[in-house]
Amino acid sequence: MAGKGRGVAAFTFNIDALGIGRGNMPEARVGPSPLFPTTEFKPVPLKGGEEEDYMLALKQELRGAMQRLPHNIKACSSKTEVEKYTERYLKQAQINSEEWTPDWNLFPKELMPQSKKRRIKKGTKTKTVKKLKEDKANVLSKLDELAKKDENPEKSDEETEKKAEDDEEIEEEELEEDIEEENDYIESYFDNGEDFAAESDDNMDGEATY
Amino acid sequence: MTAQEVRLCGLVLQEHFGEVVEKVGRNLLKSGTQNLRAIVHETGLSVDLVKKSLCVLMQHGACSFIQGRKGPGSPTEYKAHCDRMLRILRYPRYIYTAKTLYGDTGELIIEELLQRGHMTMSNTVKTVADRLTQSMDGDMDYGEVSTTFSKLVETHFLQRCPPAAGAGTTGSSQTANSTSAAPASSTAPTPESFPDCYRVPQVTLIGRSKRPLASEEGEDQRNAKKAKMDPETHGDEGIYWQVNFERFHQHFRDQTIISAVANKLDQTSSEIVRTMLRMSEVTTSSTAPCTKPLSANEIFRSLPATYNIPRHILDQYLTLLVDDPVDGVCGEGVRVIYLNQALANLARATLESIVQERFGSRSARIFRLLLRKRHLEQKQVEDFAMIPAKEAKDMLYTLLSQNLVQLQEIPKTPDFAPSRTFYLYTVNQLPTARLLLQNCYKTVANLMERRLFEAKESKRLLEKSQRIEAILASLQASGAEPEQLTEVEEMITAPEKQQLDSLRLHVNKLDSAENQVDETIFLLESYISSSTKPTS
Repeated sequence: MAGKGRGVAAFTFNIDALGIGRGNMPEARVGPSPLFPTTEFKPVPLKGGEEEDYMLALKQELRGAMQRLPHNIKACSSKTEVEKYTERYLKQAQINSEEWTPDWNLFPKELMPQSKKRRIKKGTKTKTVKKLKEDKANVLSKLDELAKKDENPEKSDEETEKKAEDDEEIEEEELEEDIEEENDYIESYFDNGEDFAAESDDNMDGEATY
Repeated sequence: MTAQEVRLCGLVLQEHFGEVVEKVGRNLLKSGTQNLRAIVHETGLSVDLVKKSLCVLMQHGACSFIQGRKGPGSPTEYKAHCDRMLRILRYPRYIYTAKTLYGDTGELIIEELLQRGHMTMSNTVKTVADRLTQSMDGDMDYGEVSTTFSKLVETHFLQRCPPAAGAGTTGSSQTANSTSAAPASSTAPTPESFPDCYRVPQVTLIGRSKRPLASEEGEDQRNAKKAKMDPETHGDEGIYWQVNFERFHQHFRDQTIISAVANKLDQTSSEIVRTMLRMSEVTTSSTAPCTKPLSANEIFRSLPATYNIPRHILDQYLTLLVDDPVDGVCGEGVRVIYLNQALANLARATLESIVQERFGSRSARIFRLLLRKRHLEQKQVEDFAMIPAKEAKDMLYTLLSQNLVQLQEIPKTPDFAPSRTFYLYTVNQLPTARLLLQNCYKTVANLMERRLFEAKESKRLLEKSQRIEAILASLQASGAEPEQLTEVEEMITAPEKQQLDSLRLHVNKLDSAENQVDETIFLLESYISSSTKPTS
């Protein structure tokens, strides 16, 4: 505080020790530094020679080869509404190309694809109950109990669904969530729009409904 | 895992394995060890894709899994290895080295193994033989490829993958102390901890690979069917081989030392150093600070026959090498090469040349001065470097702002008053090397992004040229007339051709630059890892 008001640039310490004088201060900055500042010293040119050319060719070949291997996983693009004619043949080619399966002795078991059971994803409730051969008896007995307790059919179906999932979760965790999601809502909740169209046909007088 | 490393790894994974693997890899690198559900949740990909990506990453050794870390019931956790992913940048160098040492066969073996991660010996031999027959005229014998494979294993360039550590069974191949619940050792077993690491299995591979006939399609289909129907077991199922990167790195390091000696002294001394290094190749581990001691007699006997220098000249050369601080050959009757010291010298030379190229020769002079004299005051720097005061100040402050030079304060009084404190400039080699290594990673990432940008800009043009090449090739195969060919060629206009040429030139330059920056990365990485390793 002692230096305030005396001089414009009065430092609290002896400036000579740092080796810079009052006049050598760098200029105040006007704005942000330029994005591509000019460099005084240009970089050294690249080494060119047989070795480097060969390694360059190797690199490009390797990149191309690895992109064609089955290790290269391409995200499935979103399906357009109308499939292009060529895409159908491309898909055929993709399916025919090499599949690669790793040696499961070295990898944890949970990474094994469980493709077969996924296809029966759209199973109805009865099918899921059928799968549990071991717990069938338990489920049936529980069904009877619940039927006696609770007359609401939908709720009991949901509960059996839940029991089905709880038992199946021991085997496969992830798969049943889809089924659960599908049946979370009561089926009559979403109407498919036919009722709406039918109604509007009736009221074609031109009167707006409020 | 610094930000630059993560960015570079992401780009490398994207180029070689696709975007899905890149997302998964990036997530693992940023969040450390994670289990499957967490990865699925964070990346937002489907479970199938995540599983496949993890398989791909593990196949290439970029990811490893630990089971039951928090007890027997906990899920498997996956961990990504950043340095392994960065090795992908060095693949061309490995392949080229294999070519110089073992010819085309060795080159193809290494290439196949690098592309696939790890494979069994029989698979490798078959694939390589097929590729060789395609490019050669005669049939390729499996035996020849097998001998090259065995030679690669003998010189430790290839090693077996460590057997499954608790994937399905509970650590059957680990030491007897491991409990059945959880893996006892917190560190993963290295491939070298298994005694069979370099033992070639008994493989029954007789025959030669058949050259595909003219009616290729029918033949290929039949062969493919045949392969599926009778999978021949060759007696080495479950034994997977991978490339031993450490051994390659040792080789690169030796090459660098030899060429440094050749540059500084002369060819003969470099040959002596090469002999010494070769004699201790397989016996010293890659992390040893110095080679095994060699007596002058042994060196004399192992010198290559073309260099028949008499014994006393060899002794003179050896004393010369001892005096020369470049490679750290030391000792009286018995000679040893101090590898760590050699690496430190090489790294120092790299740092000096980097400063020289970026800031000019006078700043480099100041930098070298500070490296040798450790701590200097402002005034002393000006005097020793023989640079006028103003410019010396300017350069010093530029170096300081770039963090290549550090300021050390030594107070005379406990209150650190500036007028009563010494300010000394110093350079610490190890932190500076780390800083420049991160710069190198950033450089390579920038080069890759620029290359992808250039390719994306001219994507339309590239596709057009590819289509035209395909048309040309098919026309030539079906025997078209020259007029048709010229007509097709004219579909690309002249300015477009120019654009394509310049694009190709740019992309090649960028690619080549990536390769060469990787050489610097290798040197700095070896130096850092050699100096941070705890010396036993």
